[in-house]
Amino acid sequence: MLRASKQAALIQQSATALGKRSFATVADPPVRHYGGLKDQDRIFTNAYCRHDHGLKGAMARGDWHRTKDIVLKGDSWIIQTIKDSGLRGRGGAGFPSGLKWSFMNKPGWEKDKRPRYLVVNADEGEPGTCKDREILRGDPHKLVEGCLVAGRAMNATAAYIYIRGEFVQEAEHLQQAITEAYRAGLIGKNACGSGYSFDVYVHRGAGAYICGEETALIESLEGKQGKPRLKPPFPADVGLFGCPTTVANVETVAVAPTICRRGAPWFAGFGRKRNEGTKLFCISGHVNNPCVVEEEMSIPLRELIERHCGGVRGGWDNLLGIVPGGSSVPVLPKDMCAEVLMDYDSLKDAQSGLGTGAVIVMDKSTDIVAAIARFSSFYKHESCGQCTPCREGTTWMMNMMNRMVEGSAHRREIDMLLELTKQVEGRTICALGDAAAWPIQGLMRHFRPEVEKRIDSFRAEHGGVLFGGRLKSEIDPTLATPDNLGANLIEPGDRM
Amino acid sequence: MLRLLSRRAPATGQLGKVARGGSSQHKAGRRSIASTSARQADITLTVDGKEVTVPQGTALIQACEAAGAVIPRFCYHDRLAIAGNCRMCLVEVERSPKPVASCEGVMEFLLANHPLDCPICDQGGECDLQDQAMRYGSDRTRFHEITGKRAVEDKDLGPLVKTSMNRCIQCTRCVRFANEVAGVEELGTTGRGNDLQIGMYVEKTMDSELSGNVVDLCPVGALTSKPYAFHARPWELKNTESIDVMDALGSNIRVDSRGVQVMRIQPRTNDDVNEEWISDKTRYAYDGLRFQRLTTPLIKQGERFVPATWEEALQAIADGLASSGAKDDEIQAVAGHLADTESLVALKDLLNRLGSDNFALDQPNGNAPPVHGVDVRSNYLFNSTIPGLEEADVILLVGTNPRHEAAVLNSRIRKSWLHTPLEVGLIGERVDTAYGYEYLGPDAKALAEFIAGKGPFAAKFKAAKKPLVIFVEKNKNTFVTPDWNGFCVLHRVASRPAAYEIGFVPSKKASTTKPKFIYLLNADEVDPKSIPSDAFVVYQGHHGDLGASLADVCLPGAAYTEKSTTWVNTEGRAQLGRAAVPPPGASREDWKIIRALSEVLGTPLPYDDVLTLRDRMWEISPTLVRYDVTERTSADLALSGLKTLAEATSTAKATGKPFTKPISNFYQTDPISRASVTMAQCTRAFAVGENYGFSEPKTASEAATAHA
Repeated sequence: MLRASKQAALIQQSATALGKRSFATVADPPVRHYGGLKDQDRIFTNAYCRHDHGLKGAMARGDWHRTKDIVLKGDSWIIQTIKDSGLRGRGGAGFPSGLKWSFMNKPGWEKDKRPRYLVVNADEGEPGTCKDREILRGDPHKLVEGCLVAGRAMNATAAYIYIRGEFVQEAEHLQQAITEAYRAGLIGKNACGSGYSFDVYVHRGAGAYICGEETALIESLEGKQGKPRLKPPFPADVGLFGCPTTVANVETVAVAPTICRRGAPWFAGFGRKRNEGTKLFCISGHVNNPCVVEEEMSIPLRELIERHCGGVRGGWDNLLGIVPGGSSVPVLPKDMCAEVLMDYDSLKDAQSGLGTGAVIVMDKSTDIVAAIARFSSFYKHESCGQCTPCREGTTWMMNMMNRMVEGSAHRREIDMLLELTKQVEGRTICALGDAAAWPIQGLMRHFRPEVEKRIDSFRAEHGGVLFGGRLKSEIDPTLATPDNLGANLIEPGDRM
Repeated sequence: MLRLLSRRAPATGQLGKVARGGSSQHKAGRRSIASTSARQADITLTVDGKEVTVPQGTALIQACEAAGAVIPRFCYHDRLAIAGNCRMCLVEVERSPKPVASCEGVMEFLLANHPLDCPICDQGGECDLQDQAMRYGSDRTRFHEITGKRAVEDKDLGPLVKTSMNRCIQCTRCVRFANEVAGVEELGTTGRGNDLQIGMYVEKTMDSELSGNVVDLCPVGALTSKPYAFHARPWELKNTESIDVMDALGSNIRVDSRGVQVMRIQPRTNDDVNEEWISDKTRYAYDGLRFQRLTTPLIKQGERFVPATWEEALQAIADGLASSGAKDDEIQAVAGHLADTESLVALKDLLNRLGSDNFALDQPNGNAPPVHGVDVRSNYLFNSTIPGLEEADVILLVGTNPRHEAAVLNSRIRKSWLHTPLEVGLIGERVDTAYGYEYLGPDAKALAEFIAGKGPFAAKFKAAKKPLVIFVEKNKNTFVTPDWNGFCVLHRVASRPAAYEIGFVPSKKASTTKPKFIYLLNADEVDPKSIPSDAFVVYQGHHGDLGASLADVCLPGAAYTEKSTTWVNTEGRAQLGRAAVPPPGASREDWKIIRALSEVLGTPLPYDDVLTLRDRMWEISPTLVRYDVTERTSADLALSGLKTLAEATSTAKATGKPFTKPISNFYQTDPISRASVTMAQCTRAFAVGENYGFSEPKTASEAATAHA
């Protein structure tokens, strides 16, 4: 109070000193424009694997530089640095990483004699996403070093890297990096000469999307079927082999050493508040130059596409919609694409999500209903089947979507489909149910007229369609049909 | 819709597994399938505005139950690990990010792929899905997809469990039961998503003595009972709560009957005995009650049995006794496996009145007085009690295979082996016990070495806080182990503990007397050579088995489902069985037959009804009529009992003769199971290992119906 009035007095003084009296004005902070990451600020300097991915090349690019000092700084320093940097998990959920890692160091953790594990999720299976494989291929040492740093932060005894089975070359490069690091004494007993012992193992998956879910990944690592576990207990309490475990995305772990080296303020200087940092974006689909590129967070989506990908095929006006974060987030129509920023909050406000940063661009040549129906088939195929809403719901949704591609559905089934997605969303053990529901919700939110148009034209051509997809003309009129099949509902566009 | 508030952070309270038997997390040990959380303080919740206090770590579903709110569920079962996969039970928790009321939605999903075949489904009337669809489901379907419903191939699990996998809702209760309780790790899920299937991974039957329990666990009609298929509907059945006699555990059962027929047998929950499991023999041997029955008194004339009236038969016995010239100890009574306590008491009283003390048991060396005597109860009982078994940290099995002798008890050992660092050792024949054990040797020499403290297992045993030794009664002549009450005799037959309780053992003098008159009470395992050819033999029992074939007069008794009698289990726990159906034909309750005979023999027994008879039992031992409880023998008495035992056997030498397992075929051990078609099929499928195509039509169930 006292201080405030003192300050006010000072301001008044200075104002009078200028000899100018005016109303107090609030100056708008300068509009900050995000994007255009400079080369010196890139973390993944060999993402395209143009240089040596081995230890020598990695060291030339600055990896393993004074890692010992970082390790010696201790767990709380590393976690505080990560917290200050504002790093959020890059696997899709966007949970603050520093906070997550700190769950491993609950008070009294030293008394717990169990081993502790860092598990790196390199089971990159989300359609459209291909950022982790670039890291694994070009910058595997960043990941290995990241394992050591993150492992030190959570006092882990070992790191397991669960790599997608299809990533053959990536697994080779990673294994090479681990072997090199062991030989150079960077990991293993007395890692980097810090006195801290830390092992890194690679485990190759067998190609199930669900194994990218953290608890399913743990199950799979344990040698069981990849089926998500109930939470709680969370992996930080009971995880891999019943021991405290943290599962983190490749990118999250791989950026940690650079953050520690260059400082939290440097990393926090990118992107909007609560969405700090740089991020690998993977842009695919109907752009002139699909690519994986590291960019500043909060870069406008349109700028991202135009700066790095040579724009949408046929120009921006040829754009139909964009899926901004991998197959599990809702699609955005063109007008929203022009406005959103590529960060967690902006895309959340747009009722979509940043997900893994996999931008799938679709121009006007796209059959958007078929595209989303393909996503539904994917989720149907990848559902693990242990919990009811997902097991039954994904199949049902896929069947309905497949009919909607043709239009052989009843208009009222659109709302029923939406209701089904609501019955799946949030009621499953893991997030796969949500992921299967959201693309359909996005489609119906923004492209419902397109779906209705198809239904109407199918109806115009083939006559009425009952709920479930049977044609009214196929029904034997001499037999009684139940009234709940929608046979007698009159729809706009019917030829009476 | 339920609303829940918790005073304390519900972090562990929400879905944490209920800790059982006080096993803590650190103790949880190596083998656990799912770890348990430690039980700590109590936690107070508000469920629908009602306060309830439960121990921390209790599953929310149990807390709600405690508050009187019924939560619909399919996958949850309080004796199995939590899977949480049916998603039926989701409730709204305050301050939780996912408040959901989902029953109706989940019901719709479950029914989407569930066949509408309730009219021809055996689960109808006792189906969780049916009941919950009535309560939580919508009244009309929205599922009209032209792709139709899922079709799944049926699995062949053997002659007991019938599958109809289209009906499966993938709750995985059966999988969890098989893995955790039964120890059949081959039952599991294959495939993903909508193609998820329950099965044995490879084509194989479910070889477990507890397999029938998956029928009870299955909330829908996917797993039903094969022998019972299409025989009855649950609402036609009369339920009678009774006690099982197929082993000495005294499993609590419910006998479901229609008219005069037992239609099926189901378990009854009793945490102190069988939890809620029963063995397949208990469950499926009931069809043996219909075949080979003695329905009328028979008198042997030449080589043939001739039907007779009761008067004629009893008179024939009186004449036989007189003409055989048997006096005093020359009159012998043999107590068989299925003899009930009341008739044992009556028979003993009768023989005593005739001056005899010659009581034999239907087992090898049964005519000699048992080495442990019958003066101290703890010398012949399962002293730790069955639930106490879970507290043991080292168990030594001597000459026994609990898997066959008491399958339900074996599941307790397995449970404890899974969730605690329990060590098991075995002396005797190597057997598959469904848990790992350390093999110490085949014979009494190994036991002697163990007692001498040689070997690592003996060291473990010494260090253990609650060690336990289980002997099967057959091999108990060679032990010397003074210990608290970790000395457990696992009886194999239902009548044996009661026989010891009432002192149905011969005096030393009597045991050397050659009998001239032998009364076989349900004795069907006797060695025919042990019966003198000139002796007059009476058989009283319910099946025309071995005993009847040796007899001069057969008296038809009642089987365990037909009489209300007392059974004492291996712990010494008296339990009351109840009559579910009347005895067939002219057969009568067993004690009444003996009472009638005593009249004819001129020494009428002083009880005219069962209550007076039970007063007499109370005089012999009050524990016989204190139902459902076990009474501990004091430590001093138990120790002195063991001391006398040690003295009695001090001269015995440890022989090199290997212990053999007492049961070679689990499925056929007594007259009932030997008469059972289902048990015969099980023997062929599991004991012999024959593949004779029991799943093909016109075999199993039809054979059973043909005779029914």
